[in-house]
Amino acid sequence: MSDAAIVARGLTRRFGALTAVDAVDLTVARAQVYGFLGPNGSGKSTTIRMLCGLLAPSAGEIEVLGHRIPQDAEALKRRIGYMTQKFSLYDDLTVQENLEFLGAVHALPRAGARRRIDALLARFWLDDRRGQLAGTLSGGQKQRLALAGAILHGPELLFLDEPTSAVDPQSRREFWDALFELADAGTTLLVSTHYMDEAERCHRLAILDRGRLVADGAPRALCAGLAQAVWLVDCVTPRAAQRALEGLPGVVAQAQIGAELRVLAERGRLDAARIAGHLAALGIEAQVHAGAANLEDVFVAATLPPRQAAGEEHAA
Amino acid sequence: MNLRRLFSIILKELRQLRRDRLTFAMIVGIPTLQLLMFGFAINLDVRHLPAAVLDQAETARSRELVAELSASQVIDVRYPLAAPQEVDALLREGRVSAVLVIPRDFEARLERGDRAALQLVVDGSDQVVQQAARQLAAYPLDRLRGAGTAPKDAGIEIVNFYNPERRAPINTVPGLVGVILTMTMVLFTAMALVREREHGNLEMLIATPVSPWELTLGKVLPFVGIGVLQVTVVLLLGRLIFAVPIRGALLDVYVASLVFILASLALGLFLSTLARSQFQAMQLAFFTFLPQILLSGFMFPFAGMPRPAQWFAEALPLTHFVRLIRGIALRGAGLAELWPELAALAVFSAAMLGLAVSRVHKRLD
Repeated sequence: MSDAAIVARGLTRRFGALTAVDAVDLTVARAQVYGFLGPNGSGKSTTIRMLCGLLAPSAGEIEVLGHRIPQDAEALKRRIGYMTQKFSLYDDLTVQENLEFLGAVHALPRAGARRRIDALLARFWLDDRRGQLAGTLSGGQKQRLALAGAILHGPELLFLDEPTSAVDPQSRREFWDALFELADAGTTLLVSTHYMDEAERCHRLAILDRGRLVADGAPRALCAGLAQAVWLVDCVTPRAAQRALEGLPGVVAQAQIGAELRVLAERGRLDAARIAGHLAALGIEAQVHAGAANLEDVFVAATLPPRQAAGEEHAA
Repeated sequence: MNLRRLFSIILKELRQLRRDRLTFAMIVGIPTLQLLMFGFAINLDVRHLPAAVLDQAETARSRELVAELSASQVIDVRYPLAAPQEVDALLREGRVSAVLVIPRDFEARLERGDRAALQLVVDGSDQVVQQAARQLAAYPLDRLRGAGTAPKDAGIEIVNFYNPERRAPINTVPGLVGVILTMTMVLFTAMALVREREHGNLEMLIATPVSPWELTLGKVLPFVGIGVLQVTVVLLLGRLIFAVPIRGALLDVYVASLVFILASLALGLFLSTLARSQFQAMQLAFFTFLPQILLSGFMFPFAGMPRPAQWFAEALPLTHFVRLIRGIALRGAGLAELWPELAALAVFSAAMLGLAVSRVHKRLD
């Protein structure tokens, strides 16, 4: 237990009548990229804020890098980095000035800080932007600057709250390369996201839904352990097929992917033949074959409202 | 112009306004505050000016005169004096605004009527006091001479200390230092901290080892320098353009200003912990600015206000600073003589700073 970077038990946070985080148990091993996947409002940011000691939990116990939180939060703050969801460096300071400020805030020795800033600016292709005001940087540049700021003091644990929500796919790939580089160097990373492809890259993943931890494991293990089966329906009128399958007992969720309909169904209640038969009875000719579960299926299954998960019928 | 669109914008505006509780409170609060202050507190008719009497004649008629003038309620005789030297000290320290000086030959002067029978020495550093003095000097001395005597003039002579030419800038410029500092210091600090929160910088900062004290002091100290610069600008321009003197020690002026700057910054800091947006911070700053400028004695006579308003004004930093700066710059008083005002400012600063820091959490909740 003491070997893990983060251990939380029964972590709960209430805001008035709303329970934003509800009895979450969490263990994050060191030097891992641990993902938080969840829709907006699922409690990702609130959990991260509690783990960094920015927000006091209403109930539960937290131990981060051996510090009890929130009691020992000040000691923890020297050892962690936190990259906020919104760009939180100063728009009206230059790239260099922002990093120098952070170096001083973390009480880094002057000469060491200067070398470290130079190295980070080079690593994140910001050398030629040193004198530019941070507010005038592009989305990708801001995000790289924010990461440089968050790791300036060499934290052992880095929290990133939806770090790639405002950048293009190319920047996202580069950003993730940087994250793995940090993990290889021994940094533990906790990243929240709502991008499936990013979640897939994590060593381990927790899926949060309405404040509850609904799934936890390595992405591949989560896919393999999916309780539902995936069927791919190939037909000329996927929209009509989707309407036809809506409410069919055993169908949990559907999504149209291009010309194909992806059906998530309870195992044992439906198979390819029964789906095709149901469609044929309604005059829709379709070919149905089994598909491999991906993380999106896991996510959809885990975050289904309970009523829908029970396969309740409703009018199309 | 589409009326439906116009109406939808009006409705949206009203809905937003209703949810901004502070603005909503200000809409009601500012007129209420103004009305109460102008209605109850501000009174151009000065009464109960603290005064002293130096009666060197000590005759029945001189005592009768003092009683009569006191009965007018314009002056409130607090100190009977024995020696002329005491007049100076009392005025300089700001303990009295006027001194009635009745000379030894009061009776003779009264009879002859060729020279003023007595003097009213007034503190010219306050314009309002000068006006009140003129009103008092119009008191007809003929009544003392008894019926039947022919009216002779030259009644009460006004001796205007500190501002004998009665030049307005001399009265306003020193106090203006305080008004300007109040406006900028409170507003700047209140906005500065709120801006940090509004832009999300605060969330990043509190995840670092920065302590609330470092954060607070670091944000506030630059404004001390700005405040000192403003004091210098106002006094220098006052000197060069309006020939406003600084009769006391320059060091005293700066020490008093520094303590007042701290008090204003502490107030601004406290406001910043209440406001959620920069706009709200501005509103709150304005809300504290109003009573300060109206009740401090800078604009309207302190002596004219009813007791509760005076007690309230004692809690405002500008009240004490106006007394300090007028005392030092115009009356040549030293901080040693004005220490109660300085102490009041220090207490205010400490209280506000304590309140503010207790509210600057290093957490988000």
